Amino acid sequence: MTSPVTRAVDQDFLALPRAALADAALDAARRGGAQHADLRVHRLRTQHLELRDGRVVVAADQETMGLAVRVLRDGVWGFAAHVDLTPDTAAATARRAVEVSGTLAALATERVVLADEPVHPDATWVSPYDLDPWRVDVADKIALLTERSTALLAAPGVDHVAASCVQVKEQTFYADTAGTRTTQQRVRIDPDVTITTVDRAGGGFETLRTLAPPVGRGWEYLTGTGWDWDAELAELPELLAEKVRAPSVEAGPTDLVIDPTNLWLVIHESIGHATEYDRAIGYEAAYAGTSFATPDQLGALRYGSDVLTVTGDRTVPHGLASVGYDDDGVAAQEFDLVRDGVLVGYQVDRSFAPRLGLGRSNGCAYADSAEHVPLQRMANVSLRADPDTDRPTAALIDGVEDGIYIVGDRSWSIDMQRYNFQFTGQRFHRIRGGELVGQVRDVAYQATTTDFWGSLEAVGGRSTWRLGGAFNCGKAQPGQVAPVSHGCPSALFRQVTVLNTGSGS
Amino acid sequence: MSAPGSALVERALTIAARRAPDAGAVALVREVSEAVVRWANSTMTTNGQTVERRLSVIMLVPLEGGTGAGVATVPAPTALAAGPEGDAVLEEAVAGAVQAARRAGPARDAAPLPAPEDGAGAGSSGTAAWDDGAGETSMAVFARLAEELGASFRPDEASFGFAEHHVTTSWLGTSAGVRRRWVEPGGSVELNLKDPATGTSVWGGEGALDVADVDVAALVERLRDRLPWGRRRIALPAGRYETLLPPSAVSDLMIYLAWSMGGRPAQEGRSAFSRAGGTRVGERLGPLPLTLAGDPAAPGFPDLAYTPVLATTYSGDEVSVFDNGATTGRVEWVREGTVATLAYPRAAAAEYDAPFAAPTDNLVLTGGEDATLEEMVASTERGLLLTCLWYIREVDPTTLLLTGLTRDGVYLVENGEIAGEVNNFRFNESPLDLLRRVTEAGTTERTLPREWKDWFTRAAMPPLRVPDYHMTSVSPGR
Repeated sequence: MTSPVTRAVDQDFLALPRAALADAALDAARRGGAQHADLRVHRLRTQHLELRDGRVVVAADQETMGLAVRVLRDGVWGFAAHVDLTPDTAAATARRAVEVSGTLAALATERVVLADEPVHPDATWVSPYDLDPWRVDVADKIALLTERSTALLAAPGVDHVAASCVQVKEQTFYADTAGTRTTQQRVRIDPDVTITTVDRAGGGFETLRTLAPPVGRGWEYLTGTGWDWDAELAELPELLAEKVRAPSVEAGPTDLVIDPTNLWLVIHESIGHATEYDRAIGYEAAYAGTSFATPDQLGALRYGSDVLTVTGDRTVPHGLASVGYDDDGVAAQEFDLVRDGVLVGYQVDRSFAPRLGLGRSNGCAYADSAEHVPLQRMANVSLRADPDTDRPTAALIDGVEDGIYIVGDRSWSIDMQRYNFQFTGQRFHRIRGGELVGQVRDVAYQATTTDFWGSLEAVGGRSTWRLGGAFNCGKAQPGQVAPVSHGCPSALFRQVTVLNTGSGS
Repeated sequence: MSAPGSALVERALTIAARRAPDAGAVALVREVSEAVVRWANSTMTTNGQTVERRLSVIMLVPLEGGTGAGVATVPAPTALAAGPEGDAVLEEAVAGAVQAARRAGPARDAAPLPAPEDGAGAGSSGTAAWDDGAGETSMAVFARLAEELGASFRPDEASFGFAEHHVTTSWLGTSAGVRRRWVEPGGSVELNLKDPATGTSVWGGEGALDVADVDVAALVERLRDRLPWGRRRIALPAGRYETLLPPSAVSDLMIYLAWSMGGRPAQEGRSAFSRAGGTRVGERLGPLPLTLAGDPAAPGFPDLAYTPVLATTYSGDEVSVFDNGATTGRVEWVREGTVATLAYPRAAAAEYDAPFAAPTDNLVLTGGEDATLEEMVASTERGLLLTCLWYIREVDPTTLLLTGLTRDGVYLVENGEIAGEVNNFRFNESPLDLLRRVTEAGTTERTLPREWKDWFTRAAMPPLRVPDYHMTSVSPGR
């Protein structure tokens, strides 16, 4: 069954020849003329369980591991990676990185400068979790998912149940020529249950998914720590039945109370990505896109109403982007992005901090695997709750005469400059005279980022604040995925454009 | 640097046979050698040359009431193929997959592993010698690109883009006797030019087996021809417009359509391909005789060919680990305007009395006229010409309603000529509905999907004319 709590880096990762790999790679890089070099050993263990209608479809364990060497020679990056974890390969990979830097140097018209950072000579960090998923028998995990699936299948109106759980353990060893050496381990988990009802006669169907977000926790998250599964699963069938019976929404400008389970994704797309400095200066222009929030507007851009205060942080407990040190060897920290509605900061790494005129990085470097180079990636970007009043969601709803309360995320899309977005949700509850009066369906809302955040009238208090998040934030070519969380309270927005996706109006 | 994957596959299968003699076993080694370079603001930003190799072991274990499937994937450094330490990792991987299979219980997609007699033996096209090593690439493939790209950088223009080349070598072995090795190279160049004076942004991209074959200088010139179109800006409101979708935009919509063609979801009533009492197979979508097909042989588009053998490490509605080693063939998803085939693993195909059809690694849409996009522009009285689509996401799975943005160039066509550049739009459209409403298709050409390129690159599409494409709002983004 289960073993005792573990909060140390796993012995099999510590047993890798970390020091020998680092010495071999960094020495070879120095000999090749690099002024800076770093070695990263990166291991990802993933267990994917997926059930359909109570039967296992996927039971798969995957481990990837390799070493990566990044060099900076005469201001030009070079990067190479290999699957072989031997000192000889580490040295050869470092020489390869130097060679890559030289081969393409003619294409580099600018020189990279890194912000100076304190050296962390022998640092270790492990994320907080109670129960390492790799110490739980897969039989117990499947039994739990089967039991929940079976119970839902027995509920009236539920024709299909999809249940899945992805568990990840990420381990990194980082060493650079300045002397920083960090060893880290973090665990995250993404459980998901979706129920479907099918109208065989009419030919339609409808679904509802659980709201439990992916988090930086262990298997305890599936059994009651951090989420009340029993309560959520118990109400799911009736909520779906109500959704199916619900009338189609009337399109037009609408007051919205948005639950944290939906709002986190709007923050991610319209603030998280828009305040990435590399995007703002064009580094993603050909792919993920740029940002309307350009550096010339720093300190001046009116991003939203006065109640909009947003921070980036890599320290919040259970946050998916939380670490001890980033992949530049910089200590995790918290920093302001939007204060009282005004743009005041960006997410940066060591190479972008000097460009922005900052003396230090704010710790946003991350690479998703050994074969990929570290980039500026997203911190946990979070909206502050009302610091003065612990206003419940019901109080926000009470302030709406005719509107919609939106719960859970579903579809999302935003343009390449982070202006125009469209989101849907899991559930849409009609508000009439400050009361919830049943669901409506076919809802999407569209807005321009600054208009939307400008229409933010009030945020809920600390008790409504929750972390949402995703495992799969995409950026860069070759594509990289990053896990990231976003905390936010419930919030009230006035007169947001609502579309009816059934009629297309 | 790399040991042949064949030895690793054989070793894994030997251990599997010893540990679980009654079980089916699959071993798949994949090595990816990759070289990449990226640039922005007319300077290189990131690059890399990497080698990644992994081994997947799939165990199909007889249980009471059926067969369970378990999968274990481990990194495959050179040391894995040699010595007791490597054997210990292999033993653990096999044991882990056996245990996962036992815990999983009887699988719905269980079927006997395909035998090589089914056509999956050595000797077919694309199969090289089993014991050969892996293919490799290196930065050297970018020699021409570096020269032509560097020469193209100009102070009055900003250049952004990405070039990649990879060689994937696969070794697949099964306890049913399949032994296959195949090598698949591929690459692409994407280029985005911006004119700071007008704010105009243009994009183009090309896929090629060898990235050295891409004529970057010519690509730059083609894009520069479009930059002057941005000198006249025309603001248009949301609405329905006659719209010319170029091949890249069509590919992103057709890829999503093909990804949504699972047979089981349709049969169970939970897909846009369901209808009351059955599926949409046999339903005529529109008047044009368009055919959307995937074909390993890729007739007419030799660069889009792929090895006709199924290799997968996961099961889902469309594929099954039990089908590893099966020969795959041409699938016509839509045939002459009619929904023709849905994707079924072999077990689901038997369950629903449908043909086995695995998702195809290329997609070709044919059946249009000979008109080029330029000729379709010339025959347009008033309409929009798009460049590509972006951030496509599903809004309503019951109708396959998708949303997304236009990107890097929307142009107003008036009386057969480009009148100027229009603002970007958000659209809400279903690719199924587009096939119902399309009024003209041009000549099919190889194209690079802008949105889905990370997952799907082998596409050939015609430009399409849609009389009433639904732009639901204006996007100020450029």
